[in-house]
Amino acid sequence: MQYVLVGSGVAAVAAAETIRRLDARGRIYIIGEEKDGYYSRPGLAYYLTGEIPERMLFPMRPEDFRRMDIHLVHDRVEGIDPQAQRVRMTRRGWLPYDRLLLAVGAEAVRPDLPGVELEGVVYLDNLDRTRALLRLARRAKEAVVIGGGITALELAEGLRARGLKVHYLLRGDRYWRRVLDEVESRIVEQRLQHMGIRIHYRTEIEEILGKKGRVVGVRTKDGRVLRCQMVGIAVGIAPRIALAREAGIATDRGILVNEYMETSVPHIYAAGDVAQVFDPRVGRHVLDSLWPLARRQGIAAGYNMAGKRVPYRRGTPLNVTRLAHITTSIMGMVGQREADPDAGIVRGDSEVWRALPDAILAQKSEDINSIRLMVGERHLLGAVLMGDQTLSRALYTLIDQRADIRPIREALLKPQAPIADILADFWETWQRQHRPTSPAQEVSQ
Amino acid sequence: MNMWRTFRALFLQQKTRMEGVVVPDNIRCVQCGICSYNCPIGIDVRRYAWWGKPIRDSHCVTCGECVARCPRGVLRFEVLEQTLSSG
Ligand SMILES: Cc1cc2nc3c(=O)[nH]c(=O)nc-3n(C[C@H](O)[C@H](O)[C@H](O)COP(=O)(O)OP(=O)(O)OC[C@H]3O[C@@H](n4cnc5c(N)ncnc54)[C@H](O)[C@@H]3O)c2cc1C
Ligand code: SF4
Ligand code: SF4
Repeated sequence: MQYVLVGSGVAAVAAAETIRRLDARGRIYIIGEEKDGYYSRPGLAYYLTGEIPERMLFPMRPEDFRRMDIHLVHDRVEGIDPQAQRVRMTRRGWLPYDRLLLAVGAEAVRPDLPGVELEGVVYLDNLDRTRALLRLARRAKEAVVIGGGITALELAEGLRARGLKVHYLLRGDRYWRRVLDEVESRIVEQRLQHMGIRIHYRTEIEEILGKKGRVVGVRTKDGRVLRCQMVGIAVGIAPRIALAREAGIATDRGILVNEYMETSVPHIYAAGDVAQVFDPRVGRHVLDSLWPLARRQGIAAGYNMAGKRVPYRRGTPLNVTRLAHITTSIMGMVGQREADPDAGIVRGDSEVWRALPDAILAQKSEDINSIRLMVGERHLLGAVLMGDQTLSRALYTLIDQRADIRPIREALLKPQAPIADILADFWETWQRQHRPTSPAQEVSQ
Repeated sequence: MNMWRTFRALFLQQKTRMEGVVVPDNIRCVQCGICSYNCPIGIDVRRYAWWGKPIRDSHCVTCGECVARCPRGVLRFEVLEQTLSSG
């Protein structure tokens, strides 16, 4: 059996590991167009701030792949011939497959702005681009950052950490309104300002100004000119579907797959950021851009490619991230508050968060600790936790395991309720009664 | 108002549990490597986090550096039953 996995991100690596566990003898190829192979894409943000050196981005060494007898090939797949079951690579030509996985990820959207082609316009998207970004940052003094979501903040914070004066432009009047509520947005904005990042509300770029091919500033729609040598862009991502579409594989915004990660064409699978996966719980195909889910999808694809029919269960989406130095976890459904002019789907995002649950809000915030719960009739449906994360794992488990919260529901919804205390007590009792399956076991199955 | 009292109590409790074992919650981990980079003993904490396995390395001095530095709250100290029984 010959397995060909396209893309060298976490989804492909997880699939390869899984296949190897089930099939000791099959040939496994991972074909990736990035010369750096497999590295931690979310780790790029910490490479940018200087918290880790470049070498730490690589979770696996070449010998780890060799030990598993996985062939890592640096090349680009240009076409698929589903009839003959083979792929065409730029340099190496045709390679036959018995099972093919498309795990080609998503790319940063390039906005349609005059001047986007200038040197100094940057994206935090892959390692090569991050290196270029760091080189530019060494001689730049000022930067403008646009976009909502996590990556835009990581860009702003990273450039600030590198000593640049940073202007963060928001189209709307607050940060990440798709996922955060007003209190949470304001907490983040205050911290950003405290870090020295200047936020410009209701401000859009009309044009990026250049001189001799390099960025020298931006002109805003309201006619102001901000001087800068760099423009950081994180306005969204787009799954790389061209390869699949040209091969006649069904696509929508991503490559459409069922719960077994199968595309519309036999023996071809998709996983990770590029896959739009059917979720029976919501009854439609959903896009995620989350590292742990990309890994889970890769594992599920691996099982199915190796002949074990195992459905993918995405579980409750969870992202833990730092927003302006505040550790924040977003889990389950937190509701789309209003349309967000700053971002479509962005990195570290899940569409499920925006499904507005039939729920009442319980909320508490003090200093930089904030907790917001979406309380359903019987269950907790989602939560956003900023700052102290002590209750984060408890909350995730209660949401994911659909714990019956009726005993505390009323107390939670009282005005000024001490939500954290109520939850902590409930968790103690609940934990004693249930031995929760650890999410760790789910991932490694 | 001391709604964070319980938070703090739980947190401190975790902090003083240094005799425990570092346990990862791997659904949160993004393999960034900050933990491994900061471990004074050079333990590849990230590898344990990938497999969701407790860090049972006799060299671990339970200094808590990895736990404190992880930007995603993946790592925590826990007294595992096995740890207790095996001393
Ligand atoms: C700055 C940043 C911050 C992030 N933060 C978070 C976060 O906080 N939490 C979180 O959960 N997720 C985060 N993410 C998202 C996370 O990194 C992705 O969900 C994850 O990397 C998806 O993995 P993947 O394997 O599907 O695709 P990718 O990691 O994108 O890998 C796909 C690979 O395929 C290659 N490729 C594409 N086309 C071809 C071709 N034709 N031939 C060969 N190779 C090809 C690409 O070059 C790429 O290397 C972040 C991402 C970025 C960039
Ligand atoms: S620091 Fe945290 S997120 Fe990063 S690799 Fe270690 S455990 Fe995973
Ligand atoms: S507790 Fe300290 S010694 Fe142990 S793994 Fe973490 S950083 Fe290393």
